Amino acid sequence: MIYLDNVAGTKPDQRVIDKMIPYFTEHYGNPSAHFYPIGREAFEAMEAARVQVADFIGATADEIVFTSSGTESNNLAIKGFLKNSANKGKHIIISEIEHFSVDTVVTKLINDGYEITKLKVNKGGLVDPADLEKAIKDETVLVSIQYVNPEIGTIQYTEELGAICKAKGVTFHVDAVAAAGFVEIDVNKLKCDMLSIASQNFFGPKGAAALYIREGVKVSGLLDGGFQERGYRSGTENVPAIVGMGLAAEIAKAEMAEYVPKLEAMQKKLWDGLGGLFDFLHFTGHDTRRRPGHVSFWIEYIEGESLLMWLSLKGFACASGSACSSNILAEDEDDLVASPVLTAVGVPTDICAGSLGMSMSRYNTLEDIDKVLEVMPETVQKLCEMSTMYNQK
Amino acid sequence: MAKGPYSETVMDHFMNPRNMGEIEDANGVGEVGNPACGDVMKIFLKIDDNNIVEDVKFKTFGCGAAIASSSMATELMIGKSVEELLQLTNDAIVDALGGLPPAKIHCSVMAEEAIEDALRNFYKSKGKDDSIVDEMKAKITKEN
Repeated sequence: MIYLDNVAGTKPDQRVIDKMIPYFTEHYGNPSAHFYPIGREAFEAMEAARVQVADFIGATADEIVFTSSGTESNNLAIKGFLKNSANKGKHIIISEIEHFSVDTVVTKLINDGYEITKLKVNKGGLVDPADLEKAIKDETVLVSIQYVNPEIGTIQYTEELGAICKAKGVTFHVDAVAAAGFVEIDVNKLKCDMLSIASQNFFGPKGAAALYIREGVKVSGLLDGGFQERGYRSGTENVPAIVGMGLAAEIAKAEMAEYVPKLEAMQKKLWDGLGGLFDFLHFTGHDTRRRPGHVSFWIEYIEGESLLMWLSLKGFACASGSACSSNILAEDEDDLVASPVLTAVGVPTDICAGSLGMSMSRYNTLEDIDKVLEVMPETVQKLCEMSTMYNQK
Repeated sequence: MAKGPYSETVMDHFMNPRNMGEIEDANGVGEVGNPACGDVMKIFLKIDDNNIVEDVKFKTFGCGAAIASSSMATELMIGKSVEELLQLTNDAIVDALGGLPPAKIHCSVMAEEAIEDALRNFYKSKGKDDSIVDEMKAKITKEN
């Protein structure tokens, strides 16, 4: 199988897995148990990982809180920050293409009296920094805008957005889950106050993630319990996964310069190749401000789930934002919803149907792209022949 | 291969759809669309003088379940009488497919609706009122 769904999660680096194993088999102590060796070893390994993760994003170790997932980091950032800011105002700004773990969280806050502004994006998926500047008002306490969109690959003008927030004195959170390991992250350049990353998206294991909280920014934990993570996150830490995340961060920092150009070469080859195949294929996202190795598009006349399944049968793992493929385990058809991201960038809802995303990692090759380009014409042709829409052109 | 969300029969009909295409001289064409999924399904019927389905073809813009439902529906329709077609329910299509995920049951309902729409158009093409379909359905319900 050729894996092209790296925004959903990457294959863990073997070096990372090798480093994790002893934290299951030998150093299995609870990192809060400081007074015997295997507890202390677990603690020290976790703190070493904290330094590695901090170095990866230009932070200091005591600004890193380990969590279980990007979703948890985003929840902690927003809900944990708002626990301390209610008397300062109740206005929050996000973009209309945020991940569910930001969008759903702030949408629910309306019930608590918060006013939410969702900034529009242009056809390329970009928030206009001038729109953010206009939207900020005295009551604004938090801005949360993602760095990279996983579905359409767009890289926001995060530095500019950060500068505006800083100038206006508004706290700025960045969901950088789809950026880490693919786009350089420096919390000082981005001028953000909080930033979320997840290990599984940069060649580490699932179950480890982090929230960067700039020194001086007040955040309260969401779980009540022990003193782990300095009170930001009670509960025994997932030491093996955190150790893996630490090494994954160190490797990404050291090796991105080597593998990112390769991702860009694959991306260009796939982009040019697909663009030449069909005149009814339309790319989504931005031409130049996009995650290396990320290509997304929609095809007229055919539906995304069918395309996804055919490509799967041919040995390719991809993603779709179509309603039909959205929630196959749902109990009700009403839970099938076309991607709000694609709707936001102007793809007609009924046609979101035919959307597809392919995201490469350092483990893909130019030969993989050749194979995609070889299989696409027959696959699309087959589905077109079957489609009620095709002849109605 | 790891089990996906669909049964083996669904996957078989998705990969090798039966009776896919159009019938140029069809005497009953049904088309339905489902706004929830954005799917569109079209059934082409050729019914002979004895009111028996001589040929049937389909075209579908939709997901795997929609394609498999229409393919299976056509298989169940060939050689059947008009009365028998009206008794072909979505449940029968789902059973023949070895089940569908709950969120995809509507795809089989679309197939049932497409068949009925095709039959209405069959009667209209013969210059008759399609209320005959309602009468036939009422009679079937009464008999059952």
